[in-house]
Amino acid sequence: MSLPSQSVIEFRNISYRLPDGRELLHDLNLEIQSGETIVLLGRSGSGKTTTLKLINDLLTPSQGDLRVGGRMTREWDPIRLRRHIGYVIQDVGLFPHFTVNRNIALVPKIENWPAARIAQRVQELLQLVGLDPAIASRYPRELSGGQRQRVGVARALAADPPILLMDEPFGALDPITRAELQREFLALQNRLQKTVVFVTHDLREALLLGTRIALLESGRLTTVQTPAEFLTSTEPLTAAYKNAFGTDFETRRQRDRL
Amino acid sequence: MNLWQFILQNRTEILELTLEHLWLVGISTTLAVLIGIPLGIAITRWPALNKPILGGANIIQTIPSLALFGFLLPAPWIGARADRLAILALALYALLPLIRNTYAGIKGVDRAVVEAGRGMGMTDRQLLLQVELPLALGVIIAGVRVATVISVGLATIAAAIGAGGLGEYIFRGLAMVNNQVILAGAIPAAAMALLADVSLGWLEKHLSPQ
Repeated sequence: MSLPSQSVIEFRNISYRLPDGRELLHDLNLEIQSGETIVLLGRSGSGKTTTLKLINDLLTPSQGDLRVGGRMTREWDPIRLRRHIGYVIQDVGLFPHFTVNRNIALVPKIENWPAARIAQRVQELLQLVGLDPAIASRYPRELSGGQRQRVGVARALAADPPILLMDEPFGALDPITRAELQREFLALQNRLQKTVVFVTHDLREALLLGTRIALLESGRLTTVQTPAEFLTSTEPLTAAYKNAFGTDFETRRQRDRL
Repeated sequence: MNLWQFILQNRTEILELTLEHLWLVGISTTLAVLIGIPLGIAITRWPALNKPILGGANIIQTIPSLALFGFLLPAPWIGARADRLAILALALYALLPLIRNTYAGIKGVDRAVVEAGRGMGMTDRQLLLQVELPLALGVIIAGVRVATVISVGLATIAAAIGAGGLGEYIFRGLAMVNNQVILAGAIPAAAMALLADVSLGWLEKHLSPQ
């Protein structure tokens, strides 16, 4: 990557326990560099989503230091921190009583942008995620799954946050739409160079989209590897993953060369 | 003399009592909405308040209405006038459906929607006013509907303590063993309950998010 690397998100000895004492994350150490797409890979209950929610302070670490943009999360005003970070989730979470237009305009609006700038930004974003501007006046229930997910991405990008958190954003889509959105994500990411933290349990998606893959298992970070390293690794858990998903993988680098 | 003639003959008084009835129900329901909805919101924010508030409203509901009117009689200012007393008692009865439906409506909003809003940096106030309340509105109106219909019926008992309303005819008819007099009070009351039910039902349907 041409940009000078700089750690944007830094986990240092992070543990997270539920009030009942159950530990969901144990001693996590991870540095996420500016402009990279780090994929948190793991099975259900491995702590991927928990890790993600610590970043935008929806959850607070029980132990350890977590820095975002060089500042500890507990020193941030949580509202400011979250508006600095785009958030896309699997169920999209579009507001059903808002039109597409108002959904996308949400963060600019609560940030008190002038109306003309918001309107212009919404048009830009619809184009960016490949949506027909005519759907701006529709409600989420009138859209297809793929369109809804695109609106979700546009909404997360609205205030141009440097960081994007994506929690299995393409998980509920049919395979063809998913492949389409994955391709668009790569093209978008090449243009925007956001720092992306992407949660998935799908190894193919991880290899395709990630610049690095962080493998989680039972609340512990086992390895952090590039897709190429992942493919040649003999580490047991990595190998188990590859076995489960068969052969013939495509990585982001290969895709970029095409 | 048939019922229709009786009603025609007494139409001025019936109209007066109907308006009085409407006033008792209107003021008490408004009061209950102003107290019940904020309480319902409060218990979604502070779960520790959930049990005492819902429990309290539940206990009030179990008190027989005549007894409640009696309990409130010695209260200062309130007990001094029958209509004040009736309004307070009716408002207390209306609290439970309002608190419960506000709470259930907000709790029933899709978790993903609320989480997305919070994750994007909405404040609690913005979440409440822009997301939770609009999405819970249908359920809250359903609570208002139930409370209103209950109030219209209960308000007939207010006549027993001299607060007026259509109950006057019902009690008078009972004392005279005259069905016509009872019906002259009961029919307008039933019509009022039906009307409230239908119109608030329409509102509920049109304000619910699809």
